[in-house]
Amino acid sequence: MNDTAKAPAPAGRAAAKKELPEHLKAYKHVWVFIEQERGQAHPVSWELMGAGRILANKLGVDLAAVVVGARNEATQSVVRESFNYGADLAYLVTDDILTDYRNESYTKAMTDLVNAYKPEILLLGATILGRDLAGSVATTLLTGLTADCTELDVDAEGSLAATRPTFGGSLLCTIFTLNYRPQMATVRPRVMPMPERVEKPIGRVIEHPLGLVEDDIVTKVLSFLPDRDSTKSNLAFADVVVAGGLGLGSPENFQLIRQLASAIGAEFGCSRPLVQKGWVSSDRQIGQTGKTIRPKLYIAAGISGAIQHRVGVEGADYIVAINTDKNAPIFDFAHVGIVTDAVRLLPALTEAFSKRLSPHQRDRLAS
Amino acid sequence: MHIVVCMKQVPDSAQIRVHPVTNTIMRQGVPTIINPYDLFAIEEALRLRQQFGGEVTILTMGPPSAEDSLRKALSFGANRAVLLTDRFFAGADTLATTYALATAIRKIGVEFGSPNIVFTGKQTIDGDTAQVGPGVAKRLGLMQLTYVSHIDKVDLEAGTIDVERRSEGGVQKLRSKMPCLISILEGVNEMRIGSLSDALAAARATIIKWSAQDAGVEDITKCGLRGSPTIVKRVFAPKPRAEKAEFIELGDKPGDAFVDELFKRRPKLEAELGQLTRGY
Repeated sequence: MNDTAKAPAPAGRAAAKKELPEHLKAYKHVWVFIEQERGQAHPVSWELMGAGRILANKLGVDLAAVVVGARNEATQSVVRESFNYGADLAYLVTDDILTDYRNESYTKAMTDLVNAYKPEILLLGATILGRDLAGSVATTLLTGLTADCTELDVDAEGSLAATRPTFGGSLLCTIFTLNYRPQMATVRPRVMPMPERVEKPIGRVIEHPLGLVEDDIVTKVLSFLPDRDSTKSNLAFADVVVAGGLGLGSPENFQLIRQLASAIGAEFGCSRPLVQKGWVSSDRQIGQTGKTIRPKLYIAAGISGAIQHRVGVEGADYIVAINTDKNAPIFDFAHVGIVTDAVRLLPALTEAFSKRLSPHQRDRLAS
Repeated sequence: MHIVVCMKQVPDSAQIRVHPVTNTIMRQGVPTIINPYDLFAIEEALRLRQQFGGEVTILTMGPPSAEDSLRKALSFGANRAVLLTDRFFAGADTLATTYALATAIRKIGVEFGSPNIVFTGKQTIDGDTAQVGPGVAKRLGLMQLTYVSHIDKVDLEAGTIDVERRSEGGVQKLRSKMPCLISILEGVNEMRIGSLSDALAAARATIIKWSAQDAGVEDITKCGLRGSPTIVKRVFAPKPRAEKAEFIELGDKPGDAFVDELFKRRPKLEAELGQLTRGY
């Protein structure tokens, strides 16, 4: 990915032309890597199918799902499901040595598929697995990879325009891989909307051999310890989220966020500075480098709304911002703004919501 | 045991400002720091050296001013620091960066002994890609162990290493072979405060500076802007939404006034919040 050294690009470079070498002109179609571990497809893969469908339609090409996994029914069901999310066809590599994700075997499966069937665009989720895999695959193929895109489009020449935040999230940049194939990009979970699932019959499935045996793979999985459910935060998928930022003034005041969240059945989160200061653990961070959320209601208290935060919350249906500074950037994308000190308003909100949502009140409303 | 730590000097992102009129980055006076994620890599390397003996070499690619961060890394107790600096490296994307770093690590191997482990941080705070570690591993043929939360066991004789690695929904315990590349998770250790003697030594130390040629780069077209398949065509500030937030005044009973306003504007929310709070 491009970093500070690269952007803003010199004029000559930004004006670079598409001059695709002859041998890369055969690269066609849009692929989405369907991430699955232990038979469970990651939702980000279906979100990418939605994004991939739009690109494929614009280019007039096929959308293919790429499934790699153990040779079992769970993997087959992921293949079937990919057609319900819009795949025109699927590529499949199955082998029991692919049961657990390992970089060596998955990189081999993906690079072999790309070399054999030549996609022009390859999308992966910017998850732990996706990031581990994408970097290896792109380096093996010596092609461009743009991480954590927030927008994908194709330009008039049919090149992938991948937009992502840059400079620590203060600006956006649009990146092209003009003259290498495939054009690779990763997208974080929840950044793209979940497409509609439409029951469809299974379509064309192209199977490809892995060409590895267990002895070829150096790294062995000794065991897998699943996370306990209680340790997982459900922030990314919550319907209601309350989050706090530096405007809270002190780590103690963060409990006001937790209290409001608890009163309205919300998940709580925070902006990046609070994690960097050690006030809140990193799994609660909302934004480009944290979680992307798409709740029905988002209440941001004492958060100024830097781009890095904005890109993580723009998918919310309704954003309420509380900030003392009426010029704070958060008011540029919130739906409703309240110019006041969040520390003073939050307890009043908690009390009012508790009263309004108490069982007694609800029963009265229901009758 | 020889350990190489790849480190990056980054602008302190908390201090970056965008010019309100021209929408360009105001770089002047932005302090630079060691990428915070890399501190965990440096610390882990120093701990392994404590346990097994050997040396820790810090490697960075960047402008001449990146020497400041290398000196800082030496003050924690690293044995030597290599600065890869050349105008040919400027404007590198991750693929070109991995070419330069991999070349330099090969040269470090020749000069100071082949590394058993190459460490990186999880990602940088300015690029945020997490792509350079995997790229370096691939180019050097190192076993790739990313998002490592704990090193359980190192067997130098057998050349094996056991690690715990964060994966989706759990922790993978892996046994792999050295030489390997490890990207270490944040928060897995606490950075030491360097000793006074290390600080003094760091101030006096000679930073090893390599140009592309010094590092043994054979194909300069694989470096920097020219070696980068990705092209940044546009840098821009996001469009403000068509309408800004509607400001509401809450009066002297702000809590109730807010709840009333909210449910008036979004009537469905009342029932939805009611559902969510059931059981609380």
